Amino acid sequence: MIEVKGLVKTYGSKRAVDGVTFSVKRGDILGFLGPNGAGKSTTMKMITGYLRPDAGTATVDGINVATDPVAVKQKLGYLPESAPAYPEMTVEEFLGFIADVRGFRTAAANRTQVDRAVALTHLEPVRKQTIETLSKGFKQRVGFAQALLHDPAALVLDEPTDGLDPNQKNEVRSLIKSMATAKAVILSTHILEEVDAICNRVIIISRGRVVADETPAQLRARQPGARIDEIFRTLTHGDI
Amino acid sequence: MRQITPIFKREFLGYFRSPVAYVFLIAFLVISVSLAFSRYGGFFRAGVAGMESYFTFFPWLFMFIVPAVGMRLWSEEKRSGTVELLFTLPITTLEAVLGKFLAGWAFLGLAILLSFPMALTVGYLGSPDWGVVATTYFGAILMAGSYLGVCALMSALTKNQVISFVLSLGGCAILLFLGFSSFTDTLEGILPIAAADALANFSFITHFDAFTKGIIDPKDVLFFLSLMGFTLFLNVVALER
Repeated sequence: MIEVKGLVKTYGSKRAVDGVTFSVKRGDILGFLGPNGAGKSTTMKMITGYLRPDAGTATVDGINVATDPVAVKQKLGYLPESAPAYPEMTVEEFLGFIADVRGFRTAAANRTQVDRAVALTHLEPVRKQTIETLSKGFKQRVGFAQALLHDPAALVLDEPTDGLDPNQKNEVRSLIKSMATAKAVILSTHILEEVDAICNRVIIISRGRVVADETPAQLRARQPGARIDEIFRTLTHGDI
Repeated sequence: MRQITPIFKREFLGYFRSPVAYVFLIAFLVISVSLAFSRYGGFFRAGVAGMESYFTFFPWLFMFIVPAVGMRLWSEEKRSGTVELLFTLPITTLEAVLGKFLAGWAFLGLAILLSFPMALTVGYLGSPDWGVVATTYFGAILMAGSYLGVCALMSALTKNQVISFVLSLGGCAILLFLGFSSFTDTLEGILPIAAADALANFSFITHFDAFTKGIIDPKDVLFFLSLMGFTLFLNVVALER
């Protein structure tokens, strides 16, 4: 579903992403782990077509992001880090706008998509509230609703549980799990237990390079008896 | 190009979702009308049933007021991070640029057209040449679009709205002052006359003047349209880099 080959991105003299290669199939939930600044977000931004890679390709469902970005963006749902949204709009107006851009132009189709997204993310109580008045948890869910609205085949989620309380984290995780059977999901996080909880594959990235690409069980088998954060530290020790 | 509509709709209605639109519309109308009634405008003293004394200040007023509309177009999106959301939706940069620009232009057009009570007053007090009034409105709206093109471009260069405002003000001021003799005289001292003349042709005032006299010269229309086209093209380039 999502194929990434040799992605490179350089900012000035710093190589943020240095030849990242991996692929995600339908039904996979890929946990993207790494210290802050390791290149997780940059990689995701290149997959979603927001940044242009300096080298390498990213394809979604066989379509190259570089050659047909609009087609890829139609297939993807993307939750950017810290879930940006237009603060002066109400939840309903905002999702209506997204549905409009996603091609649900008739009032009925627009309404159906918005209702579905609102129901999936439990936004009913704040539907008519402006986004600037929402708590962090609700804002994050609005970002989620926006990413899911068109029922995309692939989801890219940049730190979906960041800043949520434990209950909300749990809820978001079960939501991701429930959707994953028919979708390819990439989620970045720096919470290690999250990987154990929902992912069936882990990629650890350090200083722009993939240092591990395996199942959570294989990752744990690297150092039997060690906690997952110890393994993480060993793998990313060069990255401070 | 069908993706322009949702962008336009969101942006245009966005002005009215905050007090910005109302503050702007009221300020614009109060300032423009009081300028016309002031002793510099001489609306009554002129003794002419026309709107020239109202519109003469527009190039000046636009210099401050259009940057106020244009500064948020891109700076706000960049600061709040929504630009990432916008450009990961299935739209092209050109569609986004056009949608936003047209929304801002429509808003400015609305502000200009809301001065209709002035026209009604003139009609009540005398019998103005409605053709001239119409061409003046047409010219003012065209000119507003050109100012906005400059401001939208400046807004795409920075995520800070204050910097965006100041850059826009500077850009608009240059395009305004190019038409003044004192300014062009200085230019003629430095540059060859032909070059100075060519530069003076880029002034808003030179091109707006004919409209206020009831003349729609294709040259002037083309000037405003091509300025819009050029700044919008640069706007796309600035966002895609």
